[in-house]
Amino acid sequence: MMCIVIGMSVGFALLGLLESGPRHGYDLKRSYDERFGQGRALHYGQVYATLARLLKNGLVEVESEPGGGPDRKRYAITSAGVTDVASWLTQPEKPEPYLQSTLYTKVVLALLTGRDAADLLDTQRTEHLRLMRELTRRKSVGDLADQLICDHALFHLEADLRWLELTAARLDQLGDQVRGDA
Amino acid sequence: MSRPTPNAPLLVAENLVKSFGVTPALDGASLQVHSGEVLALLGSSGSGKSTLLHCLAGILTPDSGRVSYAGQDMAALSDARRSALRRTEFGFVFQFGQLVPELTCLENVALPLRLAGMRRREATRRAAGLLERLEVADVADKRPGQASGGQGQRVAVARALVTGPRVIFADEPTGALDSLNGERVMQLFIAAARETGAAVVLVTHEARVAAYSDREATVRDGRVREQEYV
Repeated sequence: MMCIVIGMSVGFALLGLLESGPRHGYDLKRSYDERFGQGRALHYGQVYATLARLLKNGLVEVESEPGGGPDRKRYAITSAGVTDVASWLTQPEKPEPYLQSTLYTKVVLALLTGRDAADLLDTQRTEHLRLMRELTRRKSVGDLADQLICDHALFHLEADLRWLELTAARLDQLGDQVRGDA
Repeated sequence: MSRPTPNAPLLVAENLVKSFGVTPALDGASLQVHSGEVLALLGSSGSGKSTLLHCLAGILTPDSGRVSYAGQDMAALSDARRSALRRTEFGFVFQFGQLVPELTCLENVALPLRLAGMRRREATRRAAGLLERLEVADVADKRPGQASGGQGQRVAVARALVTGPRVIFADEPTGALDSLNGERVMQLFIAAARETGAAVVLVTHEARVAAYSDREATVRDGRVREQEYV
């Protein structure tokens, strides 16, 4: 299942969640998982390592409570942290170029080596449709957030499928070209 | 949401061949439809998917090959019996043009029941219940021309479901709708069909519509590549 916040953006997501008020690491992880995890929960280690980095960079501060231990610490966003979140939100995400496609590589290699590229495309098509069915079922029982997340995935899968169909229709032509017959 | 269990297929097409003049549409197409399943027939324009749907529904007769419904060879049935089958056991949803423009939406939905001899009051009660289920009770007293495209398709779905058919044939049911309206029609259509236990044979070229199915069969060059039952 997809994770919609990846890599460096976990830090910004945690910071953003802290804007509504200080929280313990455990609460922050739970809130992140509920909103953005989509079946791929954050590890505690990742949460505390990220918070440690944010702390070191002055983007959060710790309000300790009596009792000690990592779960007794409440993290609060600093004004520098708020500025960072604001700046991150205004930066457009770089669109994925989608130019390095494993599928395309497989198709070309199948054609070059005399294997059945049409079969490869059919198998992939079935797999894409299987996932689309799963997401459609999830969407039909989910709330609005679920629906939007599933739609995001469904639109991408649909685009892949259109490409699979287009490539299947042009397979002979592509075969001639990659083998240097054209 | 319960998934159907494969058992004896309800509808079977074996090695169907059908041409229109010199143009071949089906060239040895075989397919099985099980009770209660939602099966998507996919394929590009001209692949033969609509011809296959029409042969399965007994609207077209194949040049050769056999279609059987509940174990009966469709070709062996009299015209009257085949028509009765289409009226009572099958439901149809097309892209557009299936509602009678002079009747209200409620009358349109009640029509198949009235044709089957049901009394007006009971037919109207059932039709109203289905319009409610498909969230278009507010257009009950309007004519189809006064309803939006999405509402009209939901009325058409209600009409297809009203006789309690065992199979609903849907040919591009969202083809004339924008994606949002199309989604809503599909959600309500498939949920209602599952509640009644009707099988759905859904012709579409849209993957997002096909994703409402339990499995798909792809029609290419008049033949079928059928996904295994999982």
